Amino acid sequence: MSQLDHTAGIVALPEANASAGPRARAPRHLSGSALQALSWLAPVLLVVVWEALAQGGQLSPQVLPAPSKVLRTAYKLTIQGSLLNDLGVSLLRAAAGFVLGGATGFALGILVGFSRLAEALVDRSIQMIRAIPFLAVLPLVIVWLGVGEAEKVFLVALGVTFPIYINTTLGIRQVDPKLIELGRVQGLSTFTLIRRIVLPGALPSILTGVRYALATAWLALVVAETIGAQSGLGFLAMDAREFLRTDVIVLTIVIYALIGVAADLIARWLERRLLAWHPNYGAAR
Amino acid sequence: MTLQFAPPLPAAIAPAVTVNGLRRAYGERTVIEGLDLSIARGEFVALLGESGCGKTTLLRALAGLDPIQAGRIIAPRRPAVVFQEHRLLPWDSLWRNVALGLDIPDARARAAAALAEVGLGDRLDDWPRNLSGGQAQRVALARALVQEPELLLLDEPFAALDALTRIRMHGLVRELVARHRPGVLLVTHDVDEAIALADRILVMRDGRIAFEHRTDVNGMVARSDLLAELGVLAAPRHT
Repeated sequence: MSQLDHTAGIVALPEANASAGPRARAPRHLSGSALQALSWLAPVLLVVVWEALAQGGQLSPQVLPAPSKVLRTAYKLTIQGSLLNDLGVSLLRAAAGFVLGGATGFALGILVGFSRLAEALVDRSIQMIRAIPFLAVLPLVIVWLGVGEAEKVFLVALGVTFPIYINTTLGIRQVDPKLIELGRVQGLSTFTLIRRIVLPGALPSILTGVRYALATAWLALVVAETIGAQSGLGFLAMDAREFLRTDVIVLTIVIYALIGVAADLIARWLERRLLAWHPNYGAAR
Repeated sequence: MTLQFAPPLPAAIAPAVTVNGLRRAYGERTVIEGLDLSIARGEFVALLGESGCGKTTLLRALAGLDPIQAGRIIAPRRPAVVFQEHRLLPWDSLWRNVALGLDIPDARARAAAALAEVGLGDRLDDWPRNLSGGQAQRVALARALVQEPELLLLDEPFAALDALTRIRMHGLVRELVARHRPGVLLVTHDVDEAIALADRILVMRDGRIAFEHRTDVNGMVARSDLLAELGVLAAPRHT
């Protein structure tokens, strides 16, 4: 049981720690941090019940191994070296795909956001391609690129491009024209106008796109790695399926989830940092 | 057909702006027709007129924001503008807002000095959203004046402020204009504001300057004259 508590502690740590300090001193923040703590109650309870059922034998380890067993597996696989390597490979694929797709989506978004001509030329085609669920093109991608790294990175990039593209275009279009006029009055060059007024104005929307894109990137990676991978988390899970190692399968699922949460936290942190001025985000002085 | 930002002449002989035969139309509808105007450096001109008479259209043409269909606008340099809304960039600190477009190495120091002039010298790194309406408009004023403009265009900058703040702003503007001595064109619909601030008051009607008045005489007389020109029955002051 002590190991279980440890697990829950690790998961809850960042939020619980952050709220513990101010809660004691500042009563005004009590309701906020209390609600935060409360929001962790259900997940923690679920893990506790799960562990208890597994320990009590009501839950067959073949169906769902105990959280403590999953944790031990994680430890073993880390020591043996394969887990960290697979994790690294997966993260690298996600990062490569995200950078490629993000850059493509951002560049297209800027182009279309600024130029009605570019919009007329490009936007309809992009919207048509976007209408295809990107996982539906998987067979075609495999025919084109095989089942190597390129296929996986391509699929991630494809999933990332559209949310970034759409939100960048939208953000640029939504910048207050009065501020752009002000920029002209202040004698800004086009480049400075974009840097000082258009991009900051579009940033909230762009960051929303980044958050969507992180989610799709992850989804694309899971699917890509499930098919014909020789390394990575998906490979680990498929390999474990052959041997009915449910503990490893559950472990990969948990790791996928944790990385998803981490990605979202990074996105939120970016929003708080970059949008400190915005009344809906972060806390500016 | 030309809007020129000519190379600077010696300040003493160059007017802040000269307009000849200006025509500005939106499609078929002509808003300004054959308008002449000259504002000297250091001169404060107020422009009155009914809504839709073309006051703001004239100001926007002078600012180089809109194309003109005929005539000439000769301004020594790009004018500075303060709009009715403060138009501060919400993502930039106050000093960065003031320094927007200021292409010099010690921009922060210059912005700090300008902010100090409008009484916000201790708020350099604050955000625009923490300002009241009057404070925000003071920052907008600092942003305009930090460019050391030869022509300052004010587009009803006090219209959205409460009465007391407006009176304080009048004092501040008078002081700043006396120090920096740009030519000023203030577009307003407030006769008393025009009388309080301007050396010269113009009334615009049917796309041209219909009436001109120098305010170095008795304000009361001027007020009823101006109201009559604006088509309002001259009324006792207490209304």
